[in-house]
Amino acid sequence: MTLLTTPKTAVRLAAKGRPLREHLFKVALVASLVIALGFLALVLYSMVSKGLGRFDSRLWENMPSIRRPEAAGAQSAIVGTMWLVGLTAVMALPTGILAAIYLEEYADRTRWYNRVIELNIQNLAAIPSIIYGILALGIIARVLGLGFGVLTGAMALSLLVLPIVIIAAREAIRAVPPSIREGSLALGATQWQTIYRQVLPAAIPGIATGAILALSRAIGEAAPLIVLGAATFVPFNPSSVFDRFSALPVQIYFWITQSREEFHLLAAAAIVILLALLLLMNSAAILLRNRYQKRY
Amino acid sequence: MERSSRAAAAPGMRLGRSRPRYGESVVKAVLLLAALVSIATTVGIIASLLSPTIEFFAEVDIVEFVTGTSWGPGFKPPAFGVLPLVVSTVVITLIAVLVAVPLGLLAAIYLSEYASKRVRKVIKPTLEVLAGIPTVVLGFFALTVVTPFLREWTPFDVSFKNGLSAGIVVGIMIIPLVASLAEDAMSAVPNGLREGAFALGSSRMVTSLRVVFPAALSGIIAGVILAVSRAFGETMIVVVAAGSNPSLTVNPLQEMVTFASYIAQAASGDIPVGSTVYKAVFAVGSLLFVTTFVLNYISARIVRRFREVYE
Repeated sequence: MTLLTTPKTAVRLAAKGRPLREHLFKVALVASLVIALGFLALVLYSMVSKGLGRFDSRLWENMPSIRRPEAAGAQSAIVGTMWLVGLTAVMALPTGILAAIYLEEYADRTRWYNRVIELNIQNLAAIPSIIYGILALGIIARVLGLGFGVLTGAMALSLLVLPIVIIAAREAIRAVPPSIREGSLALGATQWQTIYRQVLPAAIPGIATGAILALSRAIGEAAPLIVLGAATFVPFNPSSVFDRFSALPVQIYFWITQSREEFHLLAAAAIVILLALLLLMNSAAILLRNRYQKRY
Repeated sequence: MERSSRAAAAPGMRLGRSRPRYGESVVKAVLLLAALVSIATTVGIIASLLSPTIEFFAEVDIVEFVTGTSWGPGFKPPAFGVLPLVVSTVVITLIAVLVAVPLGLLAAIYLSEYASKRVRKVIKPTLEVLAGIPTVVLGFFALTVVTPFLREWTPFDVSFKNGLSAGIVVGIMIIPLVASLAEDAMSAVPNGLREGAFALGSSRMVTSLRVVFPAALSGIIAGVILAVSRAFGETMIVVVAAGSNPSLTVNPLQEMVTFASYIAQAASGDIPVGSTVYKAVFAVGSLLFVTTFVLNYISARIVRRFREVYE
């Protein structure tokens, strides 16, 4: 390697401080991080400064209106988002956690089908979200005949976030030391008793962190719902799982595409709600992760 | 003391004869079923794409699809040349990569080689927040902040909706992905290599660039490929900021339509089920799926090879 220097040079390096290019390199490193974080700050600042003027009770008390932007709100979109997230949590979290338990505790990695499942989950995590919209449109809405209600939307989002839940839950389960399992098995517990009473409780904080991050992804997704036709203007709250629905990101998209400036202010105000919600969930996840990071 | 692998059965089960526990096999079957949902998802995606795509190519000549220079399934007469979408998708992905790769990699080097543990603990989650911003919000940001900036401060003739601002913001979106995957790869490089370099008198910069970076290169490349795949399929930013008028051009100052943004636009309009326009959405979807699948597969292959080196 070209790195070889005489011991004398090495001493000089240590004694006289770093040459200029070292400093410039470090400046470039810090600068790129500052630029990345600066964009984050700029996004938050521009949305809040634009939307704050319109951020009042009209937003959650009124329904969307295409004629009167000054009286329009996003209530049906907020309620629709709550429906979607609730149903997604009910469907995606149990499925994801059970799948993770299978892959970590039962699956024999030398079997080809277990490797296929594993590779497949990795691949699904990186499939564009709009493809899940096509899946929901083609299979769930038409072939299964579930229509274009809030249930179909939630199923699309569940499948979308399932890989995230599985990957996070697997990591949490893997972090539980084998000695805990061995202790439980040695006392005569069956494998499922060991998993249910020892492994899962120990893995819960990690699983919860992943679950929150997965749900926050579901809250922000618009593309699959737009393919399902959720973009059309919905002035009512869903009252059953088969009702048509709107959702915050979809409502925001709909307002952005309008040409009148009032709708853009409305969109920015709704974005403030959405971002506040997501920041709250993110900080909860980070707090949980830092607090319960156990070292065995 | 030999430690058995975790997946192995309990020692007690192996030693003596035990009662068969049917409950245990039921549990295992239920768990396997949950894992199979992911396989069903992939099968469902392929099934939903395949039959409309085949029907599409029964109606539209595949040669016209591949070589045609005009895309407009709704035109009279309709045009089904996919090249404008291909070129636009590639151009926007390229701009995103030019933004994200330098910034993401430099940030990753800082986090992995320079930052103290405490700094890392604050900055990594903050970058994750950037990754968690809904893309429809980022699209709005591109439209209302980045595009006006480009129109005012650059000498170019930037149109109101354009591929450039969409590409830049897609790049911003994937910075955290590039940074975190590259950081993981560089953190996995054994400390012995660094210490060896330091012992030979190399500085931190030389160590980072000539020892750690090359050692982590395959992981970094896998991360970049994954980021490219994300940029390729990004929908909301492009649909909001890049417009809806497809034309065969490499000029990012004009309106551009990508695979994903075409699907979103076509699907949010009123298209009759079973029409050629409807099937065109699925044909474009197949193209998007196959491309991202190939990119993800390459990335996974590289990661697997890379892991063998240090474990």
